[in-house]
Amino acid sequence: MATIAELPPGFAGKVLSAQSTFRSVMDAMARPGSINRIAPVAGTPGAMMRGTAAIALTLFDHDTPLWLDREMAGSSDVVTWLKFHTGAPIVAEPSICGFALIADGGALPALERFALGSNEYPDRSTTVIIQVGDFGAGDTFRLRGPGIDGMASLQARMQPADLFERLQNNETLFPRGIDVVLVADDAIVAIPRTARLVRKES
Amino acid sequence: MNAPVYNFAYLDEQTKRMIRRAILKAIAIPGYQVPFASREMPMPYGWGTGGVQVTASILGPDDVLKVIDQGSDDTTNAISIRKFFAKTAGVATTTETAQATVVQTRHRIPETPLKAGQVLVYQVPIPEPLRFLEPRETETRRMHALAEYGLMHVKLYEDIARFGHIATSYAYPVKVNGRYVMDPSPTPKFDNPKMDNSPALQLFGAGREKRIYAIPPYTTVVSLDFEDHPFVPYRHDAPCALCGAENSYLDEIVTDDKGGRMFVCSDTDYCESRQLAGHRGSQNAAPYKERVHG
Repeated sequence: MATIAELPPGFAGKVLSAQSTFRSVMDAMARPGSINRIAPVAGTPGAMMRGTAAIALTLFDHDTPLWLDREMAGSSDVVTWLKFHTGAPIVAEPSICGFALIADGGALPALERFALGSNEYPDRSTTVIIQVGDFGAGDTFRLRGPGIDGMASLQARMQPADLFERLQNNETLFPRGIDVVLVADDAIVAIPRTARLVRKES
Repeated sequence: MNAPVYNFAYLDEQTKRMIRRAILKAIAIPGYQVPFASREMPMPYGWGTGGVQVTASILGPDDVLKVIDQGSDDTTNAISIRKFFAKTAGVATTTETAQATVVQTRHRIPETPLKAGQVLVYQVPIPEPLRFLEPRETETRRMHALAEYGLMHVKLYEDIARFGHIATSYAYPVKVNGRYVMDPSPTPKFDNPKMDNSPALQLFGAGREKRIYAIPPYTTVVSLDFEDHPFVPYRHDAPCALCGAENSYLDEIVTDDKGGRMFVCSDTDYCESRQLAGHRGSQNAAPYKERVHG
């Protein structure tokens, strides 16, 4: 008899879980560098963290081409789960994806390979979701920009360690650019393209 | 017969996802108008379909909603939208600005300063500030891409040439975070300074024109002007006739056909809370005189 592998579940209550997750992501995006928690619980296939899974269930559907890094794409659990619960097409070319899921930040491709949008339509750009180690430990990053009253400080242990240096290109490219969401378990931090690194303290 | 059952907050989940993605991009690019697939709503265009779709996409069961129309909680548009969400989302509603977590507004910003954590949702009729100067979308889009806003300054200059001052009194163009020129929706220019560096998140929804845009908290919002003709917020030169406020935005109410008029706060919640606190204007009704005899 064939055994049926159980697929990790989606949200128990789709509607309100998606709403609550979205509000966390919206608050994170509106206050770059601040740590927001995602309360709703969903199954976590493969290397996917709780926060990543919740964001996927909240924002992905047939309109959002996804790009997965090698670790995510290599897990058939992740791919099956995403297809079943979100229906989002998985693409091999990062320059046409709406969202990118990165489990191994150390192997993050050059950001220019993602969709940067055009000057006419800067919104047609990739939101890169990177799973990181931990917030509240590691290097401290001082940020400024819209959404930040004065200066924000974010302490994170993460790969790639030079993420903010690589994101400096956002300043030159603006209004084009890459928006980033960092996920550590159920905690998220958003780095929209307007956020600027003031200094880094190790 | 079964009553129709709608999804929480009326919109279906696929629509909410689409709007939510647009809101996130709008926050990431302050002042840029993100196109979105606006839906038909159970109200006519011009009644706040854009604002309602944004509110429906962010609203959760724990939110407290306030809806104002020209500053008033008590007009048809405000009451019907408030009832709409009380019915479809079961959220608590309030008229007190300080109690609300989400405020949907048509053409005013409350007088009570907004706090961090609150969201102000504007209903927008024409989101494109350059539309009356350049009717072609392809051209205005390119002008935004190149940050080519000379035409807007020419328009303000022509105001000065014709009237001696900048006569634009509402929908006064602003520049957000030093990049995008944005239409603040037809709010009186009195409210423009409140947009600057506000602790609250401001979201704008235009249903008919299918655009969403945003101002994140703590973002510079500058009203366009000239060194020799600086931006001046306009206010009728009178205290409120009901609460005596000297610093609120006033509506002019014609009281007879002999030129009689009174000025009252446009923000009804602000005016009522001031009256409760004992502030009196020149034309307050005296409650004791209204008591029934006998």
